[in-house]
Amino acid sequence: MTQMNMIQALNSAMDVMMARDPGVVLMGEDVGYFGGVFRATEGLQRKYGEHRVLDSPIAEGGIVATAIGMAINGLRPVAEIQFADYIYPAYDQIVSELARIRYRSGGDFCAPVTIRTPCGGGIRGGQTHSQSPEALFAHVAGLKVVIPSNPYDAKGLLIASIEEDDPVIFLEPKRLYNGPFDGDPNKPAVGWNSHPRGDVPEGHYRVELGVAEIARPGTKLTIISYGTMVHVCLAAAEKAGVDAEVIDLRSIVPLDVETIANSVKKTGRCIVVHEATRFAGFGAEISSTIQEECFWHLEAPVLRVAGWDTPYPHAFEWEYFPVQARVVAAIKATMEAS
Amino acid sequence: MMRSRLHVPRPPARPGEKPDFSYVAVSPAGAAARPDPNAPLSETEFLSKEMVRVLDDNHRAVGPWNPHLAASDLELGLRHMVLTRAFDDRMHRAQRSGKITFYMKSTGEEAVSIAANMALKPSDMMFPAYRNQGLQIARGRKIVDLMCQLLSNTKDMCKGRQLPVMYHSVEGNLFSISGNLATQFPQAVGWAMAAAIKGEDHVCATWLGDGSTAEADFHYALLFAQIYKAPVILNVINNQWAISTFQTFAGGEGRSFASRGPGYGMPGIRVDGNDFLAVYAVTQWAAERARTGAGPTLIELVTYRAAPHSTSDDPSRYRPKDEEKSWPLGDPVERLKGHLRALGEWSDEREKTMLKECEELVNQAWKEAVTYGTLTDGPQLDPETMFQDVFKEQTPALARQRMQLAQELKERAQK
Repeated sequence: MTQMNMIQALNSAMDVMMARDPGVVLMGEDVGYFGGVFRATEGLQRKYGEHRVLDSPIAEGGIVATAIGMAINGLRPVAEIQFADYIYPAYDQIVSELARIRYRSGGDFCAPVTIRTPCGGGIRGGQTHSQSPEALFAHVAGLKVVIPSNPYDAKGLLIASIEEDDPVIFLEPKRLYNGPFDGDPNKPAVGWNSHPRGDVPEGHYRVELGVAEIARPGTKLTIISYGTMVHVCLAAAEKAGVDAEVIDLRSIVPLDVETIANSVKKTGRCIVVHEATRFAGFGAEISSTIQEECFWHLEAPVLRVAGWDTPYPHAFEWEYFPVQARVVAAIKATMEAS
Repeated sequence: MMRSRLHVPRPPARPGEKPDFSYVAVSPAGAAARPDPNAPLSETEFLSKEMVRVLDDNHRAVGPWNPHLAASDLELGLRHMVLTRAFDDRMHRAQRSGKITFYMKSTGEEAVSIAANMALKPSDMMFPAYRNQGLQIARGRKIVDLMCQLLSNTKDMCKGRQLPVMYHSVEGNLFSISGNLATQFPQAVGWAMAAAIKGEDHVCATWLGDGSTAEADFHYALLFAQIYKAPVILNVINNQWAISTFQTFAGGEGRSFASRGPGYGMPGIRVDGNDFLAVYAVTQWAAERARTGAGPTLIELVTYRAAPHSTSDDPSRYRPKDEEKSWPLGDPVERLKGHLRALGEWSDEREKTMLKECEELVNQAWKEAVTYGTLTDGPQLDPETMFQDVFKEQTPALARQRMQLAQELKERAQK
């Protein structure tokens, strides 16, 4: 085991996979010589050469399209889109092409592309460096969607994603790159070195897609989340003094319905928390699944805590971001409902 | 057996290596001919390969592109450039001391904005990129207004919604800047098409960087502009670097960005972007084409990004330190000063006065700007304004969220 932050864990995952499989290639803006604007690919071009770690033009549509072509020709490309906010020029290639190549060809072709992209707020990035677009991908049949919340999972999930024969959108909550973040911007930043999930094996291991983790066991209320908000939910549960069970979905497609349903059947109460805008957000899918699976066990309506239905404003980072207080209010409302 | 092998472009020099700009083909000042703005494409095609330059090594304005500007106009242009640089330096420091969250300097590429503006009418529309602060300043936007945007304060024209440097001005005919790359380029074409549909004689100008020409939006812009012969000036600021990505990764190797123009059927002009007079002259030429119905022009402004990409960037990781000192086209501010001096219109005394005035203007503006609030101190925007302007009328759902936030903030304040 080695202490790693999330960037180092992601770097290690790519390093491990490039060493094991000569078909793994990396591409993206600034990823090669420079090592990525967040340093996720640092040292990999030096180690594996400029034909396997390709600096690309600033053309997200081109990056994804050529990654698809490489994958069809037997490679396993890992494409980086510098910010999730910049992925939209590639949306047609992702939605109309990447997601459906297996289906439309009757299973004869497939494109095992992994698209890594930093997402989420909490870094004063304004409306073009803070978005959480997971629902836009989860809604598309044929894409798997992964969002890790800690270095250990990040590495294991990225390895599993690269080994996956289907395309994976791998969203990296950038606020978590250097340390866990519990939603309180006034507290000094902490690193991953004091966190148990900052212990990361150096070699190959997988964290399977579609398997949620119970981040905190509890009996009175289920809190379902992923990414940065897992840490906010853990802190909010402590603050509310409620014996809550916090579930970290880790991947939202495939969705671990069994873990969700077992927990909600046990607690009878549930809130769903994400950073992305609330309306038609992924919380709606979870909430709807819960009423289908657990309706007769529910003792209170399932509540959603989310970002407001506005673009992400630069000046109001902490009024927009679902801070602990917003989660605590939902916990209390759910516990008081009868 | 022959095997295919990928060609992976490399910049000529990396950190620790000697800067090498031998790849920049520089024409002698005054060498390029000036065709009639309405000449057929075959007679303008050479302009995409040569480099239009007016200022020679002796600081004289020479050749057919010399726009013969009055000394007072040159001095005004210089003043805008000096002010832009003073503003940039002060705002970079403000970011370093934590007063603003982010900043992007335009050091070394001031002329591409300021000379272009001078060749256009105030009624012409502009769709700038994020390093065109010179346009804002040359169009008379108040420094204090720009600073209020950078501070996301109570007088911010974006109401706290945009990252620093994403200005706009309705009265200045400066469209809202996007953080996404190249999106403004085809929008500018649409604006120009509308001007033609409406029968107006306004021209539209837009800018993007060499790196952004890789985006599909750049190609949409050229295609639509040429098909409809829209009155638009499409400017590529080739400052050699897109964060760490060298211009060859956008296709600048062995072929100029200007040459994309003839590929689509319009003139492409490669111009010395650090030569104030040359930038003025080619913009004026392109504006005349646009205004007389001859259609669009692609201008490649060859310059160098002397500053980091942004305050989040560290160029020492990917290019030689002080590379800009070897840049063959020099510094636009120094070159224009040299020209004024050669004309006998400049002195150390006037230079000192101008610099002092600009620095004082910037300092005074900063003092005023912070009285309207910073992200941490002074008057603050009402967070409930966050829910305005999502739509023209606030929907009931947004009104509910606004009230929910108000309640949440009340509770947060009590703790």
